[in-house]
Parts: sequence; structure tokens; C-alpha cells
Amino acid sequence: MDEFLQSLIRGLGTGSIYSLLALGFVIIYKSTQVISFAQPAFMLAGAVLVSYLSPAVSFLGAVLVAAVVIAVLALGVERTVLRPMVGKPVFVVAIITIGVDVVVRVVTNAFIGLDVRQVGDPWGLNTVSFLGAEVQQRYLVMIATTAVVTALLFLFFRYSRIGLAMRAVAYDQEVALAQGISVGSVFALSWALAGGLAALAGVFVATGAGVDQQLWIVALKALPAIILGGLESLGGAVVGGLAVGVVESLFGTYQGDFAPWLGPNFGLVAPYALMLLVLLVRPYGLFGKREVERL
Amino acid sequence: MKGRPELYTSYGQDMGFLNTRPKRAWSGGLVVLALVLPFMITDDLLQLLATGFVAAIGAIGLNIVTGYAGQVSLGHAFFLAIGAYTAAALSGPEDGRVIGFGITSLPVWLLASGLVAALFGVLVAPVAVRLRGLYLAIVTLGLVFLGEHVFREWTSLTGGPGVGRPAAVPELFGVRLDQDSALFTAAQQLYLLMFVLLVIFGVLARNLVRSRVGRAFAAVRDRDLAASVIGVDLTRYKVLAFAVSSFYAGVAGALLFVVNGFFDPGSFSLLLSVQYIAMVLIGGAGTISGAIMGALFITLLPRITRELPTVLPFISGDATGAFTVFQLEAVLYGVLIIVFLIVEPRGLFGIWVRVRNYWRTWPFSY
Repeated sequence: MDEFLQSLIRGLGTGSIYSLLALGFVIIYKSTQVISFAQPAFMLAGAVLVSYLSPAVSFLGAVLVAAVVIAVLALGVERTVLRPMVGKPVFVVAIITIGVDVVVRVVTNAFIGLDVRQVGDPWGLNTVSFLGAEVQQRYLVMIATTAVVTALLFLFFRYSRIGLAMRAVAYDQEVALAQGISVGSVFALSWALAGGLAALAGVFVATGAGVDQQLWIVALKALPAIILGGLESLGGAVVGGLAVGVVESLFGTYQGDFAPWLGPNFGLVAPYALMLLVLLVRPYGLFGKREVERL
Repeated sequence: MKGRPELYTSYGQDMGFLNTRPKRAWSGGLVVLALVLPFMITDDLLQLLATGFVAAIGAIGLNIVTGYAGQVSLGHAFFLAIGAYTAAALSGPEDGRVIGFGITSLPVWLLASGLVAALFGVLVAPVAVRLRGLYLAIVTLGLVFLGEHVFREWTSLTGGPGVGRPAAVPELFGVRLDQDSALFTAAQQLYLLMFVLLVIFGVLARNLVRSRVGRAFAAVRDRDLAASVIGVDLTRYKVLAFAVSSFYAGVAGALLFVVNGFFDPGSFSLLLSVQYIAMVLIGGAGTISGAIMGALFITLLPRITRELPTVLPFISGDATGAFTVFQLEAVLYGVLIIVFLIVEPRGLFGIWVRVRNYWRTWPFSY
């Protein structure tokens, strides 16, 4: 039972990282209908920035600064690279974001070097007793932070003027434009939000093990999460992220006993298998909306 | 109609293969050049070009599914891997460290690897048929990760990560093409083999896309709903596009490592898929010659960047400096994709078309 609880908490912890990343993907998708493959690079850049800043301005300060800086970076990328492409096929824009991802990541890698960099978080691998099981503190912090961030985002979209504008753009760009909403700034803002969320996620990934050049691969786990939840659904992104984390963690714990023929480390790719299964049944994800097509 | 070669009076003429005199002249010239080349340049360049030709076969395959049929696939690396391992397993020695069946005849394993990859393409297609656009891209991406896992763990087939296994043995009519013979060096033989295969598969693809099937692909790409309304069977053509594309990928995968002779499961990562996407986009989506140009360009790119440190001294030639060629290479992929998509969406093929049109009406080119 302890083992189960431990892996569940671990799954929810890593799952909340995926949720943060997935939220970024979905926010960008809702406003611009594009999946930004640049998220992994922003996540890596956020973690690296924190590793440089935290000795100077404390861990918490570094995280806040990094989130803002990466948000500005993402905004800049949107302005310079993505804006000329408005109205082009979504696939082309998605491929451009792959290009952005490669460039940002290579530049960031130069700042990592060959060593593992520490982000200087206060938790490390310390554990705490939770419902009778020893679980790592950092997972609890991740879950709590993600809950707070998700709640804040919900309030932002529900009650703020800008949030309303963003929802309007997601609903119908032309009508929103006709109502006097600046669609361009909504695009920019959604990229900035996604960048900030990615930076936060990057810091969480880097707690414990530190930052190395392979960190970005983690961000790709958010892709099955958004597909699971449905590309248009913020709630779906959170649920999908948590589901991916839990599935990954439970497979990691139990698959060796129950299905050894899948090979060790199958847990790492289990989310992709889960995604394929869900899509066979529901091609638009769990909470996605079925597109109505007209000629 | 004599003397007016560009006046078409029927659809068939317009869609004809090498339908103008300049096209025939250029194609003939290029073939002659490619056949003379092995006797003029060094072996290591020949190997690079041979690899480029194989990559071109793979890029043509990706272009059929992505450029012509409009189904974005990031899973090309998976199908390349299927082909590579089918070929290597069939032609490997029976008593070796890894699985092998000892069938070294090139046509046999080449066809087999294409067919096995096509089979996997057909298996994946039902998922693909239900999905559109970016959903499909991400699902095919998942395929790459699942494939990577399987190949990493199935060490009796793949030799395991970091170890790898020998590539397929190219034996044609009892002659080992990867060993020097009385007349040619190994590099020359492989170059000629790859070139001949590229011509065969290129012509086949060109004929496919200018046929009824190709028109159906284009209709699906441009607006699938409209296509189905005018009577194009969407399921059938999407499955067909995936099957043909995977067949090409399988063939390319089988040949891709023949030149080097060795490969390990780490080769088939997302990066490989992105490289092929880059080939198609830089070359020009929806054109066969564009795919070939893009593939050669991407394959030769590392070679060109290696030469840069001699010209630009601030770039470091080894892996230790602040700004190394390896970083430059990775950045160049990204930058080239961005620049081409923004500035010239039709890719190298588009540039060629502009050059051609300029000279066609020269000196009255406005």
C-alpha cells in the first residue's frame, strides 16, 4: 500500500509538471490554432536561467524572474517569427516552432555545458511522511503549486477583462476583432503565458536531479497529455497531464512484476501507448470538441 | 503543332513525363553528370552522395504522404527503422550475435523491407484516418518514441543501444557491392547502386503522383471533405498514401546504413524525423525533384559547415570552443526551416522555378 501511495504521489507530482506544460500548449492552441513545439526549449531555458540566478537572488526570486524573462522571450519569438506567418497553414507554423525550438535549445545548451547544473531548490530529495508513506517533498510542492497556478489561471480567464478577450478570440477570431479586441496582443499574451508556465515546469523538472542537456525530452510528455485531454480544453490539459504522470509512475513501479515482456523502462513510453488507445476510441481526446465541418 | 512545343492540346500532354525539351535536356544532362561523377571525385564524397541519394528515396516517401496527400507525419523515423531492421535481419549471418537469416540477395531484402514497412504503415493508417492535422502529427510522433523503446530493448535484433549491428549486406548477382572489385572501388559501386535505385523510385513516384491516385491525394490534401463529396474514398486513399510512403521509407531505411555498414537503435530518434521533414520543406513540398534536392542539401549540409571554420575563424572546428560547428549545424537546421517557410514556401524547387522562368523569357524577363 505504501508503495502504491508513493508511486501515486510521484505520478501526481510529475503529472503536475506535464499539466503546467500542457496548459501552455493548450493556451497557445486555443488562441492561435497552432501547437507550439517550442515549449521544450522554453522549459529548458527557464531551468537554466534559474540555475544561474538562484545563488544571487534566492531560489524563489530566481523562479519568478525566470518565469518573467522566459515569458518575454516567448513573446519576442511570437512577435518576430510567428507573426509574419499568421494565416498560413497551421502545419507550416507548427514546423516553424520546431525550428525555433532547435535554435533556442542549442543556444541554451551552450550555457549548460557538459555538467549537470543545480537549480538550488530547498527540497532536494528530502522526504516527508504523508498518510503513513515516505514521499519526496518536492512532489507535494509541485502538486500544490500546480493547483494554485491552475486556480489562478481559471480566475484570470473567468473574471479578468483580458481573460475574457482571450476567450473571445478562442471562440471566434473575426468576431472578436470586430468587437475591438486586439487579436495580435492576445496571441502575444498567450505565448507569454505559455512561456512562463514552461519555465516554471522546467524548474520543477530540474529539482532533485538538476539541469542537463536531455531535460527537454520531458516536455514532449505533455504532448500525449494534451491529446488525451483534447486540444481545446484547459481542464482536459490538467487532467491529461496528471493521467500521464500517474500512468507513467504506476507502470514504472508495477510493470516489472506484471508485464516484464514489455521490457524495462516501458513506463517512460507508456503515455504514448495510452494516447494511441484513447484516440482509437475518442479521436478528439477526452474533453476535446468534435469539429463541425462545412464545405 | 511543330515548333510550338509548349502548346498543349490535351490533359495528357500537360501531365506528360518530361514533356518539354528543356526538361528532357536537363534530366539527361543530370543523369550523365551523375554517371560520370564517380570517376572524377574522391571516395568519401561519393559515399556522402550515395547516402544523399538514399535519403532522397526516403524524402520522396515522406513527400507522398505529407506533401501530396497532406497527412503530416512526424513518424518517418519509425518506418525507416522498420526497413533498416528488416533488411539487416534478413541479410545478416545466421550464426551471428544478432538475429539473421543469411538472405544476402539485394532485391529480396530490399523488397521485403519495403513491404514490411508498408504493412506497418497500413496498421497505423486506421488511427490516422480518424485524425486530422496536428492530432495526427503528435500521434505519429508517439510512434517514434514507442519504436525507439522497442528497438532499444529488443537487443537480439538490434544489438542494443551504443552497440548496434551491421547493416544489410548488399549482394547483387553474387557480387558483394560493398567490397572493392576488379573494376570499381566499393564507394563507386554503392554510389552507382544508390543512383540507379533513386532513379527507379523517383520515376515510379513521379508516375504515381501524376495519375488518378496522385490527383486523389491532392484533393484529400486541399480539402478532404470536398474530396469525399466528389467521390474520393478518403479511407482508401489515406491508407494508400501511408502504405506507399512507408514502403519508400522502408526501402530507404534498408539502404541508409549500407554505406556506413553499421547502425545502432539510437539513430531512429525524433531528430531523424525532423531531418526528413526539413528535407521535404526545404526542397519543396509536393514535388519529387524538390524532395531530391532537399535530401541532397540536408545530407551535404554537415560537410559544408565543417568547412566553415577555415573561412570564419570565430567558429571553432572541434567540440571544445564557445561556438562549435556542431552547434552551428543544429542551429542551421532550425534557421533554414524558418527562413524557407517564411521567404520561399515552395523551397529549393520554387527557387529553381523562378530561375527557370527568368531565363525562359530572357532578355525580356519582366
